[in-house]
Amino acid sequence: MRILGIESASLVASAAIVEDASLLAEYTVNFKKTHSQTLLPMIDELIKMLGIELSTVDAVAVSGGPGSFTGLRIGSATAKGLGLALGKPLVSVPTLDAAAYNLYGAAGLICPIMDARRGQVYTGIYRFEREFEVILGQSALAVGELAERLNGFGERVIFLGDGVPVHESFLTETLKVPCAFAPAHVNRQRAAAVAVLGSVYYAAGKTVSAEEHRPEYLRKSQAEREREEREAAACLREGEEPV
Amino acid sequence: MKLRSIEEDVWILAIESSCDETAAAVVKNGREVLSNVISSQIALHTLYGGVVPEIASRKHIEKINQVIEAALYEAGRTLEEMTAVAVTYGPGLVGALLVGVAEAKAIAYAAKKPLVGVHHIEGHVSANFIEHPELEPPFLCLIVSGGHTHLVIVKDYGVFTIIGRTMDDAAGEAFDKVARAVGLGYPGGPKVDKAAREGNPHAVEFPRAKVGGSAYDFSFSGMKSAVLNYLNQAQMKGETVHVPDLCASFQNAVVDVLVSHTMAAARDYGCTRVAIAGGVASNTALRAGMQAACEAEGLALYYPSPVFCTDNAAMIGAAAYYEYINGARAGWDLNAVPNLKLGER
Repeated sequence: MRILGIESASLVASAAIVEDASLLAEYTVNFKKTHSQTLLPMIDELIKMLGIELSTVDAVAVSGGPGSFTGLRIGSATAKGLGLALGKPLVSVPTLDAAAYNLYGAAGLICPIMDARRGQVYTGIYRFEREFEVILGQSALAVGELAERLNGFGERVIFLGDGVPVHESFLTETLKVPCAFAPAHVNRQRAAAVAVLGSVYYAAGKTVSAEEHRPEYLRKSQAEREREEREAAACLREGEEPV
Repeated sequence: MKLRSIEEDVWILAIESSCDETAAAVVKNGREVLSNVISSQIALHTLYGGVVPEIASRKHIEKINQVIEAALYEAGRTLEEMTAVAVTYGPGLVGALLVGVAEAKAIAYAAKKPLVGVHHIEGHVSANFIEHPELEPPFLCLIVSGGHTHLVIVKDYGVFTIIGRTMDDAAGEAFDKVARAVGLGYPGGPKVDKAAREGNPHAVEFPRAKVGGSAYDFSFSGMKSAVLNYLNQAQMKGETVHVPDLCASFQNAVVDVLVSHTMAAARDYGCTRVAIAGGVASNTALRAGMQAACEAEGLALYYPSPVFCTDNAAMIGAAAYYEYINGARAGWDLNAVPNLKLGER
């Protein structure tokens, strides 16, 4: 089984090819250059380095969100275009699940946090006992609420993600449980993790067609939110229940 | 005599997502449209009184594969049979453009086809080639849409000299703002056009703005302000505004300026062929005004059918053909350029 992994949900642009239990190649750039310019040249580089045909991949696994709206769409459109042209299925891997998978086997809780602005983080809570366990599926939470929930578990937590530099001091002060922060080689999203978790999903038959796939933003657009707020306010003025 | 085989024909799969239409088309040799699929988001954006960029981008990613597959299916062709893949990379909404650009690059890469990046406005100009096989450069072209108002000399395929442009609002933008002010809503162009058919174009004489720069430059914000002032004054006096008269008078002022500038340029530059392009090119008053003026001056006038005036991918395929045969190829690092200037590569 050969899976191409794509990750572009945040500042990280990353592509990887995983074959069964082996990571054949990975290219990760965590630097300010638009994913539109980096992602496809990176995939091209992997293919050339390996000297394989892109058409030999069984599926394209893409980090499906949440994250930067534009970043997600660049990854999604790339995966959808590849899937359409190759006639291959896609695997939509939840971005935070894949991020947590970087710390496979870690003791205690694993908590990836992505800076979602507006005082929130995109996060999830994961654990490895015998297998990868999703304790809290990915969601958008206020960082204070996340800290409260983690305190409730009473277990050691290890954090990773681009929310760490933003919220590290707050978390250190607020948490009553022991915590650690992952080192550089495993503290951001990586396409290898997307491809590996994608392989697990693929083997379990959890694929979608290139046409069906769309990103999971976890958040409505600002215009939609504002419109709903206006409509709810108008309903309240008229003494009706907001729908 | 050697028959042209399919290998010698240039088949282009074209993709367009610069604003609120997700579109794909298959175009043969730049002039023959085999399919032209457009998924419009107008109904969705009407709720907000205009295009919301984030919503547009989200709709593009939901629809794009379906639209591309429909374009190939309706053309009765496979991706393998295409010679190249073309995509609009600017100007437009950056998030919207990026969906088409990333998708087109991935398709071209995986299908091992050359990629051609197309300027959206060059696409609008090239829409004229689709139904007018005899039209070839050089000609004068008035480009009028919601985002653009340009008067250009099309010297050759893909080679433009801009001789006039708007100093403020685009013509289509002025239509949208006036439509909103009189309660017609979005999209303003077609709604003003329709209302104006029932009105008197000389009911109100709105000023034709004069601009300092080139004799062919345009200004529409003054005209729009005159309409808004007129509405305010009527409201203060407690008068009811006759919307069809107002629309007809405003439209007449816009068309008057567009036609007179175009005719002046045609005379000064010795152009015998005039084309119009862009969304506003489907405005019935503009077409009629331009037709009458061109007949009076003995000029040939060209304009596309409405379906090729609105944002569509067939026009991108037409422009891409000439780019392709001139050797233009985009790299896998092609990016969206939201403020791409006409004539820039």
